Amino acid sequence: MTSAEEKTAIEIDTPDDSFVQMIKKTGGPNVQNCYQCGTCSGSCPAGSRTNYLVRLIIRKALLGLKEQCISSPELWYCTTCYTCTDRCPQDVKPTDVIKAIRNVAVAEGYMLVPHQKTALKVLEAGHAVPLEKEMWENLREKVGLERVPPNASRYPEAIEEIKKIAKKTGFDKLVAEKETQEE
Amino acid sequence: MAPKSFYHFLGCIIPHRYPSIESAVKLVFKDLGLGLLDMEGATCCPAPGVFGSFDRVTWATIAARNLTIAEAGGHPITTGCNGCFASLWDANHELKHDDELRDAVNENLAVIDREFKGTIEVWHYVDALYQLAGLDKIREKVTRPFDGVRMALHPGCHWMRPKLIKQKDDSERPRIFRELCETSGATYVPYKDELICCGAGGAVRTADVKIALEFTKQKFDSLLEAGGADVIVTPCPFCELQLDLGQVEIQKHFDEEYTFDVMHVVELLALAFGHEPDEFGLATHLQYMQRKSTPAWEKLGIKVEES
Ligand code: SF4
Ligand code: SF4
Repeated sequence: MTSAEEKTAIEIDTPDDSFVQMIKKTGGPNVQNCYQCGTCSGSCPAGSRTNYLVRLIIRKALLGLKEQCISSPELWYCTTCYTCTDRCPQDVKPTDVIKAIRNVAVAEGYMLVPHQKTALKVLEAGHAVPLEKEMWENLREKVGLERVPPNASRYPEAIEEIKKIAKKTGFDKLVAEKETQEE
Repeated sequence: MAPKSFYHFLGCIIPHRYPSIESAVKLVFKDLGLGLLDMEGATCCPAPGVFGSFDRVTWATIAARNLTIAEAGGHPITTGCNGCFASLWDANHELKHDDELRDAVNENLAVIDREFKGTIEVWHYVDALYQLAGLDKIREKVTRPFDGVRMALHPGCHWMRPKLIKQKDDSERPRIFRELCETSGATYVPYKDELICCGAGGAVRTADVKIALEFTKQKFDSLLEAGGADVIVTPCPFCELQLDLGQVEIQKHFDEEYTFDVMHVVELLALAFGHEPDEFGLATHLQYMQRKSTPAWEKLGIKVEES
């Protein structure tokens, strides 16, 4: 037994109830049945090589420790492979919880610069990986295809529609604000 | 009624980086009597791990916009990308079952005079080939069987997971993709890490390419432990990019050299159906372009004229 003197109080954030409610909504009806067995982390290819622990994030999320959840850089190591979701014995949906926490993180300004750039590409070109350079058009020609595919690369009006959607949802600001912050 | 024609959803990676897949699927679907229609003005699906992680409603709205293009024409969609499939199939499913999301999305779509109606289905190439064409018909078309070729599989994640929602296959012991690939006559080589993610998804490749490549390396090492393979087959261009171009990147970041030929399942079938690699540009895979190398024709049992 450890003596009481050696122990220090654990500091925790003020639990955020709306965050807990959001987790309950996204984590499947059983999210509160998570008994911390660790099957998710044990199955997780991201957890086996980084500090990312999905089990811990689920626990912290249910405790309402929002700030710890959204500010953790490890949050972005999940590849959304859904192995944890398929294996959880309690039918929790850890992947959906992670994605929902990422949504909150982004809304509160925690967006990585490379991610922001990818998002901007979709708003500018209609594609996360745009046709962009002539070399890619040449590659298409080489395999016997028309140089420009019949997607947003050929139809600028499609890009206009994406911009209008982003304006309506406020996504354009979310991405642009970050840009000015970085400068 | 079984569809005969699909709207062909290209996404980003197939038409812009691995166009040989686009060429190959046209050959294979034509051989099997399945139609592919251009989906004019389709955009990024948008990337489920990236956009889905940023803002679910924006993700669902852009995906729904793509779905409305197909709804207007009245044909189902087919896509050869697990990521695009994850966006379009999942969004279609969620919008059909979640009224709150559907209302939010339709309010957004109203600004571009569109509405999600929920009238079409989304198919992966794998579904179209397996369910619609059927394995027997595919076998009949095989004129160049890959006899004696060792074939490893990388099924990837989002076609079959989450399994309770997708209800496609047992994600712990999948058999559909394997049966489809085995029609080529190649010999299936199991390896321990066949079912782990390639590492590219969930915006990880964008955030930290080295971590993403560690996943890929783990797969390669596991495959080598199982005796190696002559070809790795996948149903996804993003996995293909990660496994193919990833070898060049691994060499750069970890100074380790792997030389696996990687193919999309429709490229494998195009070859098995007797098409020449040049007909769809197999040699344009980014691994070969960057290394100035060629596929290991001899191991694949394919005779080509050296140019
Ligand atoms: S596998 Fe399920 S029950 Fe076990 S720790 Fe993870 S989320 Fe909780
Ligand atoms: S979905 Fe994410 S948390 Fe779950 S096993 Fe895959 S990488 Fe890990």
